[in-house]
Amino acid sequence: MTVLSDLPPYAATLGIVPNPDGSLTMPFAPSLIGAPGRIHGGALAGLLELAALRAVLEALEPGATAKPINVTVDYLREGRMEDTHARATITRLGRRVANVRAEAWQDSPDRLVVAARLNILVDRPAPAVP
Amino acid sequence: MSGADAADQRQKAFIGRFLAHVPHLAALGIRYRAHGPDWAELEMPYAPHLVAYPETGVIASGAIFSLMDTASGLAVVMRMAELQPHATLDLRCDYLRPAEPGRTVVGRAECLKLTRRIAFVRGIAHDGDPDHPVAHVAGTFMLTAAA
Repeated sequence: MTVLSDLPPYAATLGIVPNPDGSLTMPFAPSLIGAPGRIHGGALAGLLELAALRAVLEALEPGATAKPINVTVDYLREGRMEDTHARATITRLGRRVANVRAEAWQDSPDRLVVAARLNILVDRPAPAVP
Repeated sequence: MSGADAADQRQKAFIGRFLAHVPHLAALGIRYRAHGPDWAELEMPYAPHLVAYPETGVIASGAIFSLMDTASGLAVVMRMAELQPHATLDLRCDYLRPAEPGRTVVGRAECLKLTRRIAFVRGIAHDGDPDHPVAHVAGTFMLTAAA
């Protein structure tokens, strides 16, 4: 499924754009600022959630849905007023739940700004009756 | 007005000014609602640009996370005797159910414990009935200026 077209209004509010390699980029915009000079932690969390949901939806068959059950976000460095990139890795894709890790960085993927662990509820369409 | 009331009014005015100058809160429509000695309550009115599921109109969990992160940080500030720089160390959010489309989401967080370097918080988000929450959070903040 083309998840590109599935980025919801909230993703547009954050200005998030998908990259060909499956990662997401949240270009810096003044509307993302929380504390002076820093990107709001909630915007970074939103980016991680969207990266995780996108990864799960891309791994599932068309018609499947994915909704976050919970997310735990670790704030590792301050988010500077720069573009932020995020990617997600599926630890396990089960029938009902996907366990996902997501992380985001700015200048270098080796210097993470935030990292998260998510449990995502998966709803897969019933298999066609043979 | 008693001295305590005046102090409370000053605190409330400070919070209002503080929140008004955070661009991301303006972008999401998050605003002040109430506070106490160790807790803070914010609200986020329903808006189309917060939606994550256009087919149902349900807002993004990420927007609720922003609401709760902000309420949690403010609860820490309420607990402090004087304002100190602080940063979120971690925050976990359980999404108990979708927020009802059209309803304002209220986020209330309390600071359970404040040490010299770490603050512990918990909170809930609801869309009208605090006994029927949409989300639950637990997290820690770091006092960045502490030795």
